[in-house]
Amino acid sequence: MIAELGHFTLILALLTALAQGVFPLLGAQKSHDDLMALGDRLARLTFVLIALSFAALTWAFITSDFSVKLAATHSHTAKPFIYKISGVWGNHEGSILLWTLMLALYGAAIPAFGKTLPVSLKARALAIQGLLTFGFLAFILFTSNPFERLDPMPINGLGLNPLLQDPGLAIHPPLLYMGYVGFSVAFSFSVAALIEGRVDALWARWLRPWVLFAWSFLTLGITMGSIWAYYELGWGGWWMWDPVENVSFMPWLAGTALLHSILVLGTRHQLATWTVLLGISAFSLSLIGTFVVRSGVLVSVHAFAVDPARGVFILALLLAATGGALGLYALRAKTLKGANGYEIISRQGGLVLNNLLLITATATVFLGTFYPLFMDALTGEKITVAKPYFDLTFAPIMMLLIVFMGAAPLLKWSGDSLGSLKGFAVKAVLPLLFIIVATALFGKSVLGGLGFALAFYLAAGTIAAFARRSQGFQTWRAQPAATYGFVLAHLGMAVFTAGVTAMSIWAKDDIGRLKIGESLTLGAYEFTLQSAAPGARENYQFLGAQISVKHQNKALKSLQSEQRFYPVRDMITTEAGFHFSPTSTVFAAIGEGNVRDGFILRANIHPYVTWIWLGALLMALAGFVSLCDKRLRFGKDEPSP
Amino acid sequence: MIRALIPLLIFLGLGALFAVGLTKDPSKLPSELINQPVPVFSLTELYDAKKEIDETIFKGRVSLLNVFGSWCTACLVEHPLLMRAAARKDVLIIGMDWRDRREDGQAWLEQHGNPYSEIIFDEASELAIKLGVTGAPESFIIDKAGYIRYKHTGIITSEIWHQKLLPLIETLKVE
Amino acid sequence: MRFLYAIFFALLLCGSAVAQLSNTEINAKTREVSRALRCVVCQNQSIDESDAPLAADMRRLVRRQISEGKSEDEVIAYMRQTYGDYVLLKPPVQRNTFLLWFAPLLLLLGVLIWFIRASKIQED
Repeated sequence: MIAELGHFTLILALLTALAQGVFPLLGAQKSHDDLMALGDRLARLTFVLIALSFAALTWAFITSDFSVKLAATHSHTAKPFIYKISGVWGNHEGSILLWTLMLALYGAAIPAFGKTLPVSLKARALAIQGLLTFGFLAFILFTSNPFERLDPMPINGLGLNPLLQDPGLAIHPPLLYMGYVGFSVAFSFSVAALIEGRVDALWARWLRPWVLFAWSFLTLGITMGSIWAYYELGWGGWWMWDPVENVSFMPWLAGTALLHSILVLGTRHQLATWTVLLGISAFSLSLIGTFVVRSGVLVSVHAFAVDPARGVFILALLLAATGGALGLYALRAKTLKGANGYEIISRQGGLVLNNLLLITATATVFLGTFYPLFMDALTGEKITVAKPYFDLTFAPIMMLLIVFMGAAPLLKWSGDSLGSLKGFAVKAVLPLLFIIVATALFGKSVLGGLGFALAFYLAAGTIAAFARRSQGFQTWRAQPAATYGFVLAHLGMAVFTAGVTAMSIWAKDDIGRLKIGESLTLGAYEFTLQSAAPGARENYQFLGAQISVKHQNKALKSLQSEQRFYPVRDMITTEAGFHFSPTSTVFAAIGEGNVRDGFILRANIHPYVTWIWLGALLMALAGFVSLCDKRLRFGKDEPSP
Repeated sequence: MIRALIPLLIFLGLGALFAVGLTKDPSKLPSELINQPVPVFSLTELYDAKKEIDETIFKGRVSLLNVFGSWCTACLVEHPLLMRAAARKDVLIIGMDWRDRREDGQAWLEQHGNPYSEIIFDEASELAIKLGVTGAPESFIIDKAGYIRYKHTGIITSEIWHQKLLPLIETLKVE
Repeated sequence: MRFLYAIFFALLLCGSAVAQLSNTEINAKTREVSRALRCVVCQNQSIDESDAPLAADMRRLVRRQISEGKSEDEVIAYMRQTYGDYVLLKPPVQRNTFLLWFAPLLLLLGVLIWFIRASKIQED
């Protein structure tokens, strides 16, 4: 009964979303105030209806109602309570419902925070948001109904994929979707601006906190995903360049570009068409991501079960949304004239260059991700594009970006010259040389030295830029939150760069077959297999191993690793044992074997890997700090100084 | 105006490529071995660990090489079709029990029937890697000269059997 | 004694197949080759990283061929023969991948040129 209610509210939401997509648009066209005001109420109603539907689905999972097919195929009575809840979005139907719920949430938030917006702009944006919600609701109802019943009802469920039984799963997708879907606001407002034929600094200042909000969540979501994959999948990779990772990364790159271009638009009323285009692109890339994950056009370890009808539907949605927006752009771009021109040597010029490089980077990730697909489509030939490709193409572009990123904030908005960088350059050159030489000598890698130097240079440039703005730190208290956001984000990038450099140059691993009591030496570490014994728990059997680790003859915490077998799914997973520390993360994973011949043991040493996530988390934090800026409060309309 | 059209045109181009991409199955690999002889190998029979089998068993007759294993649930789906084909003597079916234990493979055939005239026992993927096998079931059609002429990945459905595989087998028989 | 040495060196020289690699060398070479080959069933990892059974069998085959004295390139070429370019984790630079390899560079150059040309020309 509850499942039917959920299904019913979902159908009602389809109707209200359609109304939300039509009436405010008509109202804005005819300057009819009541029709436009209807949009606010419809957006809230749509959200409430989808929330009820989501609650109904969650209920089916919590109560193990296996007459609901989705619960039967993805849950199990023996599953811990928390995973019963996270199981709701651990599958295609549930996660797309969560996606749509968030789309409606953002829709309902627009009127709540947009009281100062021009009425027609708000009405049009709400209508676009409504049409997007309508599209996704139709997708759910026609191809992915989460409330489908099963008859006869099975005694028990099939259980959730054991890889997904992890706290990481409970938080990763919701965070990611908050980010992904958050760009829909930028999309809706870009399209609304195109219809209105006007973008201005007010538009940009109002939109900026939304982009910041979404971007910060996306940063968090991607970081959590990386951490989760690192310890759960047990490959020791923090980023695999897996297609599903890439499609979440592309909106991030475009969103980062958007954050910076919207800054220029809000301050100097420049880059108007460019910003609108980025607003459309960031969300379109999210849609492409959804298309890729749900249609199975690219095989990935993360992909959901494949159904061609779904792929066709989402592709149609993508074509309608993005195609429509870009078609409108082609017609209306002329009307969006902003001020023109920038000087190469200026902060403004730096921001333009930042945008261009980020878009080049996005295009590179796009090319690498989809080249195999496109080649297969056109010629039938198959190739693999993986980490080695991105290391050689994407990484250099990002390094170039960092070079400009370190210096550009030191410049004035306009009318600056290279001379103003001289002071910084003189001070930085010696420490940089020292880092390069010292790392090259002690770490035996020139490349590592260059990477560390780049990270240091970025950090130094960022702090120097802060010093300039605060008159040598004297007025640091008076600096706006947005400045702190900038400092944190760029420092985060520096920390991230250092971590990535260390990981790509000094990470070590080895595999050996060890009998109990034998050891494996890796660098300055010694791994000894202390014990290995089988056992069983709530929903799996396991082979558990104790591995003691010595670093230069000093004993560290001993590691526990398990190889688990989930009978319900006939699936084997590996739980590696980790020892995290700020400078060096050590982990070991047990593999198959027996007492007589020994067990396979994989040992890894990952220097500074935690810095990668620390840097990324700093960036996310920076976004939230920026949101505290008084000038950027949602809905506040104050002139920017 | 023209410049404003560029983003739309790029996007439509990508959309078209995605649409074509939807029709392809990315997990299917083309066999590099089409029109190549069956690679040289030396393995044993499933039922007789002493009886050696090599590539010469494919010479002089058209055959269907079917990769299966007792662990393979999808194999069960196509198994009845293979049983019927064997009973009708449509083609000689040679099995390849892949990544299995002898007892398990034998027990599985005991339970579900044995459509194979001979069964190559490939415990450690020796022949599987040479054939570019990525999963089970997979089937190869091999001509009288011992050349691989066709590869089918996944379950053989009745439709595929009657529309693709069987007609090819018939032409190869008279070749 | 010297005679024995002569025979020993002659043997060493005449057949690379006879050359004995030490266990560590075999391990190192096997891992190097394994890192360059894609696990064809997991679709996104090298066979060195993968837990998949087929990857384990492929590793074993690599190891056997290395210990038989084949060079890294020969083993990779062997795998490429059965699984195609698909098995290479790093796509080879060839006719059908020129666009893949060079487009980022061209785009970068184009973007930098555009950046300079579109800027306000400084008047002094």
